[in-house]
Amino acid sequence: MSILVLAEHHDGALAGATAHVVAAAQAIGGDIDVLVAGEGVGAVAEAAAKFDGVSKVRVADSAAYAHLLAEPTAALVAELAGDYSHVLAAASTTGKNVLPRVAALKDVAQISEIIAVESPDTFKRPIYAGNAIATVQSEDALKVITVRSTGFDAVAEGGSAAIEAVDFVADNAQSTFVKEELAQSDRPELGAAKVVISGGRGMGNGENFKLLDGIADKLGAAIGASRAAVDAGFVPNDMQVGQTGKIVAPELYIAVGISGAIQHLAGMKDSKVIVAINKDEEAPIFQVADYGLVADLFEALPELESKL
Amino acid sequence: MKVLVAVKRVIDYNVKIRVKPDHSDVDLTNVKMAMNPFCEIAVEEAVRLKEKGVATEIVAVTIGPKAAQEQLRTALALGADRAIHVETDERVESLGAAKALAKLVEEEQPGLVILGKQAIDSDNNQTGQMLAALTGLPQGTFASAVNVEGDKVQVTREVDGGLQTVELTLPAIVTTDLRLNEPRYAKLPDIMKAKKKPLDVKSPADLGISVGSRVKLLKVEPPAERQGGVKVGSVDELVDKLKNEAKVIS
Repeated sequence: MSILVLAEHHDGALAGATAHVVAAAQAIGGDIDVLVAGEGVGAVAEAAAKFDGVSKVRVADSAAYAHLLAEPTAALVAELAGDYSHVLAAASTTGKNVLPRVAALKDVAQISEIIAVESPDTFKRPIYAGNAIATVQSEDALKVITVRSTGFDAVAEGGSAAIEAVDFVADNAQSTFVKEELAQSDRPELGAAKVVISGGRGMGNGENFKLLDGIADKLGAAIGASRAAVDAGFVPNDMQVGQTGKIVAPELYIAVGISGAIQHLAGMKDSKVIVAINKDEEAPIFQVADYGLVADLFEALPELESKL
Repeated sequence: MKVLVAVKRVIDYNVKIRVKPDHSDVDLTNVKMAMNPFCEIAVEEAVRLKEKGVATEIVAVTIGPKAAQEQLRTALALGADRAIHVETDERVESLGAAKALAKLVEEEQPGLVILGKQAIDSDNNQTGQMLAALTGLPQGTFASAVNVEGDKVQVTREVDGGLQTVELTLPAIVTTDLRLNEPRYAKLPDIMKAKKKPLDVKSPADLGISVGSRVKLLKVEPPAERQGGVKVGSVDELVDKLKNEAKVIS
């Protein structure tokens, strides 16, 4: 078997998710190549070459792959896929955008968001917002898979894989990049943070999310939100933790003013330690919390900040 | 411009699902079904494009069992002009659905196809991207804004860490994210009118395709239950437990 992992990167740096995808590839077994596509991605390729277990890094460095637009990137991956039994990418917005397109170009199914590898053709994945876990077996010769990062521990670094250039340049007259507006933050990325503190509808409004800032600063935490808080317009959607947002599994997850809807739990229930702060002692969030504090968040948050 | 909208019949998002005792699948007997929430957003966007004078006709499509016509009638009540039902009792996967839709795109020649980004049953998030590949069209996935200008469409996409805007040549495929719009409810007179709107039924064989599955569903299990812990009485106790018991803060 031979596996191609599509690397994810932002601003010239390899994204943390890729180390988890390589771990999933190791669980499948076989030779592992990493594909780094993009423009000016030399440093990304060098970082990917350090992953344990990687045989080769293939680099497609071209303006055609800037911003990893789906059309050219999928054409590239499909072009290379003939050399492999598996193509893997992170179940990020990039991986989810590109890999189904690759699968259809190759006339095979795609398996989304695997959380475990049972055998080279059999995988576990959540369905119904994580309320059921399906075990599925692919009947295709080529398996195209997105990997949920929280299901696999990141591989260590220590390798020195060979780096080789890929010449194929995809034509793309159909899509152009216009702009990107990324949230500017000194805080860790939600998906990679060791501590996450999230606010829900109980926060009352967007302004009150500032109450989480000081605590997040002290804990080095990322700030998240429930879908209810996003739907209410308190905060942008990229902060959403849940089945329809980001799936996180930090060491410590602090849920503030979040009732604990199923769709939110699906996004954070694999966290190591969960703390819930909510004034409603019947809130379902307490059924999954390791430590529950029944309190008014407007009193508890300033106190917590001062005592950390 | 004609707009094609794909909708899927799924378990109502308010229903708590149960896994069958034999672990063969999720139990859907006597469970309330509805239009997939992301598909509702897709229908709403198409209707808004028609209200703005951008779309001239909206064709709603579904692939699935006979009962899925309920969801087509819902789309018609919300403002679609006519509907196409690709009827099958097979378990339809994303690739099969995309193949059926690709044939309909060939027949109907829409300027824009709008789909939900994922269905809340299988959570695959694939069909729109696959349809784009099969038709050779560009894709704007996870859209939070869609602006048609001349022969191009600008799609603002919800990506990890923020928003990305891409410009696509038409025809194009768009999949919807949560913040694209807030779907309206169908009014009773419109529900009555929808019953008289045209609904065409085809089989996968009529389209010359097979929607059969390539992925075997071996087992469906309930997720591991997480045990609730303890209630703490004060912020001090919480900080103490996190430091000394859980050892997750220092």
